[in-house]
Amino acid sequence: MIILGIESSAHTFGVGVVRDEPPHILADVRFVYKPKTGGIHPKEASQYFMSNAPEAVKEALSKAGVKVRDLDGIAVALGPGMGPCLRVGATLARAMASYYGKPLIPVNHALAHVEIGKMLFSFKNPLIVYLSGGNTLIASFSEGRYRIFGETLDISLGNFLDTLARELGIAPPYVVSGLHQIDRCAQNGKNFIELPYVVKGQDVSFSGLLTAALKLYKSSRAELSDICYSAREIAYSAIIEVSERALAHTGNKEVLVVGGVASSPVLRSKFEVMSRLRGVELGIVPPQYAVDNGVMIAWTGLLLLKHGVHVRPEEAYVRQRWKLDQVDVPWLARTNSSGS
Amino acid sequence: MIKSTCPGSPELIALGAEAVLVKACYEGMPSIFKVRVRKPYRDRGLDTMLIRSRSEVEAKILAELRLKGLNVPALYYVDLSEGLIVMEFVEGPLLRDLIYRGSEKALKCLEELGELVASVHDAGVVHGDITTSNVIVGGDGVYLVDFGLAKYSRRLEDLATDIHLFIRSVESTHYGLKEALLRHFMKGYAKVKGRDFTDSLLIKVKEIRMRGRYVEERRVRRGI
Ligand SMILES: Nc1ncnc2c1ncn2[C@@H]1O[C@H](COP(=O)(O)OP(=O)(O)OP(=O)(O)O)[C@@H](O)[C@H]1O
Ligand SMILES: Nc1ncnc2c1ncn2[C@@H]1O[C@H](COP(=O)(O)OP(=O)(O)OP(=O)(O)O)[C@@H](O)[C@H]1O
Repeated sequence: MIILGIESSAHTFGVGVVRDEPPHILADVRFVYKPKTGGIHPKEASQYFMSNAPEAVKEALSKAGVKVRDLDGIAVALGPGMGPCLRVGATLARAMASYYGKPLIPVNHALAHVEIGKMLFSFKNPLIVYLSGGNTLIASFSEGRYRIFGETLDISLGNFLDTLARELGIAPPYVVSGLHQIDRCAQNGKNFIELPYVVKGQDVSFSGLLTAALKLYKSSRAELSDICYSAREIAYSAIIEVSERALAHTGNKEVLVVGGVASSPVLRSKFEVMSRLRGVELGIVPPQYAVDNGVMIAWTGLLLLKHGVHVRPEEAYVRQRWKLDQVDVPWLARTNSSGS
Repeated sequence: MIKSTCPGSPELIALGAEAVLVKACYEGMPSIFKVRVRKPYRDRGLDTMLIRSRSEVEAKILAELRLKGLNVPALYYVDLSEGLIVMEFVEGPLLRDLIYRGSEKALKCLEELGELVASVHDAGVVHGDITTSNVIVGGDGVYLVDFGLAKYSRRLEDLATDIHLFIRSVESTHYGLKEALLRHFMKGYAKVKGRDFTDSLLIKVKEIRMRGRYVEERRVRRGI
C-alpha cells in the first residue's frame, strides 16, 4: 500500500509518500513559510502554500518514483490548525482524490505527530507527552481513543519558555544551536530560588511561575541566571512529575515525547532518569520529525485506510480545533492500558 | 517504639509516583507508613522543598479533617525531615477497582464520594487530586486519601478545579461509564452544598475546561 500525505496546518506545506513495507518513507518534501515580519500571517502563508503546492506534489512523486495512479490513497491533515492554511491542503487533496478516483483519508495533525513517533521507535502503546508551542498534554490510549490525562491549565510549556526568555530580554532568537535561551542562561545558575510550583492532579500551570519569575527579575533581587535556572527546573520537574504519575496510573511501559520542546537536552536527560527509575522505555521524537511534515500525515493515513477509514471528497472539511481525544484509533482497539 | 501486636510482617502496599507505602504495625495498630522519596531528576533544593511541604500539608489536613469527623485516615506520626507520615490503615478495595469489576455498589459509592468531597470543601480544603484510585471503600463508607496536593481554599475557582480534575480522571479511566458515575457524584455533592451552589460551581467547571482547549487559538494570536 502506498499513500501520499499532505500537511498544511501552520507554517509548513509538506508532502510525504509512504509504503506499508520497509523502507516506509519514500519521499519527504517540505516548503516552509517564513514570515517577513512578526508572527505567521495565515493569509500570506496560504498564498505561499498555493504557489508551491503543485511543485511539492510533483517533487514528492518523482522522489518516491511513483505515479499518481500507483497510489492507494490521498491523506490530508484537516486540523487542528489555521483555517486558511488547512484549506490549501484540503482543496488540493479533494481535487486529486476525485480526479484520480482515489480514497481520501482525513487525518488529525496531533494524532499524526504521535503515530510517526510510534513508527520511529516501534512502540506499541506508549504514554504520550506532547510538548510544543501550542500544546502541553499527556495522553494514553483507552477504550478506542487517546484520552487526555493531563494538560496545562493555562499556557503551554513552549509558550512559557519563549515568553520568559523574551521578557527577560534574552530572546528572540529563542533557540540557538539546539539550546533554548532559557536553558542557556540557566547554565550559569547555581542557586535554587523558591518560585511557585503548580501541579494539580495530572495538570500543570505555568502562568503563576511566569509572573513570579518576572517580578523577581524586575526587583533586581536575584541573578538572571538563578532565575532562569529555578524557573526552568520547576517547569521541567512539573512535566516529569505528571508524566511519572500518569505512568503509575496507566501502567504504560513506554513513554513517547513529542513536540518542539522535546529537543531540549536538559529535559531529555530528566526524562531519561525518570524512565530508568520506572523501568519504562523512552522515545523522544528527533527534531527532523518532531516538526510538521507530510510523512506523518501519509503514515497515519496509511494506518487509517487499512482500517477502512476514508471519506467522500465533499465530506473532507477543515476542523480548526479538532482535538486528539476526538479521533477514533482503530488499530489500538484491542489493547487497553487501563489498570496498573 | 514500634510494638508488634498486630499480626503479619510489613507489607509493600504501593509504589506511587511520589511515595512508597508500607503497611506495618504502629503502636499496636495496623498502619500505613508513607515515605516520600527523593527524585534524582530534580534540583536538590526543589526536591527538599516539595517533599517537606507536601508531607506537611498532608499531615495537617488529615488531622484537621479527621477532627471534623470526615472519612480520612487518622494521623499517627509525622517526621517532616524524613518525609514520613504514619496513618491509619483503611481496609478495603479502591473505588477504581470496584468500578472495573462492575460492582453494583459503585454508584452508591460515587454518591457518598460526592458528599465527602463537598464536606471537605465545606471545611475550606481542596484535595487537588481526586481520582478513583485515591478513594478506598472501607467498611463504614468511602475514604479519601493522598492529600499531598491539597490546599486551604474557599475560592470558587479552586473548588471548580478540584471537580474538573475529577471529571477528567473519570473520563480517562472509566470512559464508558462516565455519565452515570458523574451524575451520582454530583448528586451527592449537591446534597451537602445545595443545588444552587452546585450549579454555579458547574458553570465555573465548564469555563476551566474551555481554557485548556483553546491553546490552538492562543498560539495563533501569539504568532509562531
Ligand atoms: N532545543 C529546544 N529546547 C527547548 N525548547 C525548544 C527547543 N527547540 C524548540 N523549542 C520550543 O518548541 C516550541 C515549538 O514547538 P513545535 O514546533 O512543536 O510547536 P508548534 O508548531 O508551535 O505547535 P503544534 O505542534 O502544537 O502545532 C517553541 O516554544 C520552541 O521554543
Ligand atoms: N491509609 C491507607 N490505607 C490503606 N491503603 C492506602 C492508604 N493510603 C494509601 N493507600 C494505598 O496506597 C496507594 C497510593 O497512595 P497515595 O495515593 O497516598 O500515594 P502517592 O505516591 O501519592 O500516589 P500518586 O502520587 O501516584 O497518586 C493508594 O492508591 C492506596 O491503594
